[in-house]
Amino acid sequence: MIWRYILKRILWMVPFLFGVSIVAFLLIQAPPGDYLTTYIAKLGESNEVLDQASIENLRARFGLDQPLYVQYFKWVSRLLVGDFGMSFEWRQPVSDLVWGRMGLTLCLSMATLLFTWAVAFPIGVYSAVRKYSFGDYLATTLGFIGLATPNFLLALILMYIGVVHFGADVGGLFSNEYKNAPWSMAKVWDLAKHLWLPVVVLGTSATASLIRIMRANLLDELNKPYVDTARAKGLSEFWLIMKYPVRVALNPFVSTIGWVLPNLVSGAVVTAIVLSLPTAGPLMLQALLAQDMYLAGAFVLMLSSLTVIGMLLSDILLVLLDPRVKYD
Amino acid sequence: MTETPSKALPDQPDEPLAVAEAHTPDEVAIASQWQLTWWAFKKHRLAMIGLWVIGFMYLVSLFAGFVAPNDPTDSNRRAVYHPPQMIHFIDSSEDGWSFRPYVWEMDRERDPDTLAVTYVPSGEKIYLRLFGRGQEYKFWGLWETDIHLLATVKPRDNFFLFGADRLGRDMFSRVVYGTRISMSIGLVGVAIALVLGITLGGISGYYGGRTDTVIQRLIEFVLSLPTIPIWLALAAALPPSWPIYQQYFVITLIVSLVGWTELGRVVRGRFLAMKNDDFVIAARLDGASEKRIIFRHMLPSLTSHIIASLTLAIPLMILAETGLSFLGLGLQPPAISWGVLLKEAQNIRSISQAPWLFIPGGFVVVAVLAFNFLGDGMRDAADPYGH
Repeated sequence: MIWRYILKRILWMVPFLFGVSIVAFLLIQAPPGDYLTTYIAKLGESNEVLDQASIENLRARFGLDQPLYVQYFKWVSRLLVGDFGMSFEWRQPVSDLVWGRMGLTLCLSMATLLFTWAVAFPIGVYSAVRKYSFGDYLATTLGFIGLATPNFLLALILMYIGVVHFGADVGGLFSNEYKNAPWSMAKVWDLAKHLWLPVVVLGTSATASLIRIMRANLLDELNKPYVDTARAKGLSEFWLIMKYPVRVALNPFVSTIGWVLPNLVSGAVVTAIVLSLPTAGPLMLQALLAQDMYLAGAFVLMLSSLTVIGMLLSDILLVLLDPRVKYD
Repeated sequence: MTETPSKALPDQPDEPLAVAEAHTPDEVAIASQWQLTWWAFKKHRLAMIGLWVIGFMYLVSLFAGFVAPNDPTDSNRRAVYHPPQMIHFIDSSEDGWSFRPYVWEMDRERDPDTLAVTYVPSGEKIYLRLFGRGQEYKFWGLWETDIHLLATVKPRDNFFLFGADRLGRDMFSRVVYGTRISMSIGLVGVAIALVLGITLGGISGYYGGRTDTVIQRLIEFVLSLPTIPIWLALAAALPPSWPIYQQYFVITLIVSLVGWTELGRVVRGRFLAMKNDDFVIAARLDGASEKRIIFRHMLPSLTSHIIASLTLAIPLMILAETGLSFLGLGLQPPAISWGVLLKEAQNIRSISQAPWLFIPGGFVVVAVLAFNFLGDGMRDAADPYGH
């Protein structure tokens, strides 16, 4: 049964991604002009001027002289065989560029997800069990402030504190000497030293909302008769809470995978620019601004697929975890 | 046509309403739904604080020209990165004290070794006057006036409550004017989201069946599009040469794309649940037209829920505009919004030199918090018959 459900959901992704590809293509083409306009403007800054013939020549080479729908079908038909095309701006295959950035992005997202869970779970449980205690009020207040603070503002403030009070350079994911070095143990350690700041910045708002959800769900559960029954039977308070109500209240944690994955990747754009992280966000923004069609399109498609896969993953996990959730 | 208070009240006379403690049962029995909602809302202390804060912010943005002592676009080379000055209200000298607001004057000095500019107190006081005369501005675009809430007694003096930025512009005046745009973007965006959400959600829930499926798929599609890249792409499509009001309108449209799906879902769920309620069936049997059933019978009992989810959508839009403008994709200077102001704080050099550039960020946080509290309170109060 579950296999049929998964299969059906995967089949649903096909028309969805098709729709996304159209939206992405139209969006990227929406601004007036095309990549060549940007390119010519850039050349103009260094006082180089292209004559009309070579402009036409370039336009034909990039395939920008054809009508929109021809460009779209060319792009999609090559996508189907796994060819993402070449980036205009970088003169490199898009897949190389994207995968180079995606690795670090995924690494950052996973670290943030773990951080979010590790922090939100105990605090959420504590807040619910010790309702209206000092700790609960503290967690609630911090949670609300965490939700209301834009990520980039938090990043700026932490950077400010780092520079002014600790004299440390906190931007980026690597120190200078490791930036272009091949992977080694030392480089991984360097990454770990830099990772905490973006993880904290990116994880704050998700943590705050998870704490709220966990607290509310657990509070609902704690009032139910089965908790009283277990208590009457003499189960220790810790096991009683951990074993039954917490398990039920855990569902929202699983659901987070669905929105946390794409949110982290795309929501991190602003933060990544502030902290100058070598993740997907800044590259995507650059590609969008330069109308680097194939690169930007690949990113938008990739993020949408991540969203859909994340939702599917969390739905499957929900079904496995909670027998009450029905699938059809 | 008086909404539906009769639905819950006579059914359970023993069970006290959430608001019953403060009011006598007689009062509760005859109170209208709005009165019950208001009573329930008033008990939510944080929501009341949120209401006051938001009311204050909108008041400030209505009278921005009057509250701001300076023209927000006036640059001043003599005041680059001028630090904030505390305002003192009680002036004490040898012969007693009096109510006379003043700030300490700061002198601009250059460090002989590093050539860095520093400001040191000169020991002189700059006196301020309530409702004093300052720069001319147009009050609501109607008439010229030069009366400000606070102005220096000597017209040549200047004061900077929130400091000055890299061009010596008064941050306080800029924040005040920024409040106007940032706070109103949420309102306009919500209005657009409201129309979309109610129309599509209502149709979806009322008619059900195939229409419902199509609209639900559309909402799911919009929800699973990655928002940020879409915003970025849309905002990047904005030609920077457009006039401010045109940019403003398009940015609002982009930002409102977030809000309407959530509202559409709420409205749909309610319509589905209500469709077969007794009072709707009664209206239908009475021969009321569909338009009348929807607008006169069903929508009024939803109003409080709709207002609550609208209030919760506004902070999302404020955050969205701030993020976009911060990236340089939203409003462009000379337009002033909190996001545009925060753009000045983008690099570590300027903020370590002038940490007061963070002040607009504080306003963003406060506004978003206030809206969240207000929305939470409204959501709880929206159903005064529940517990």
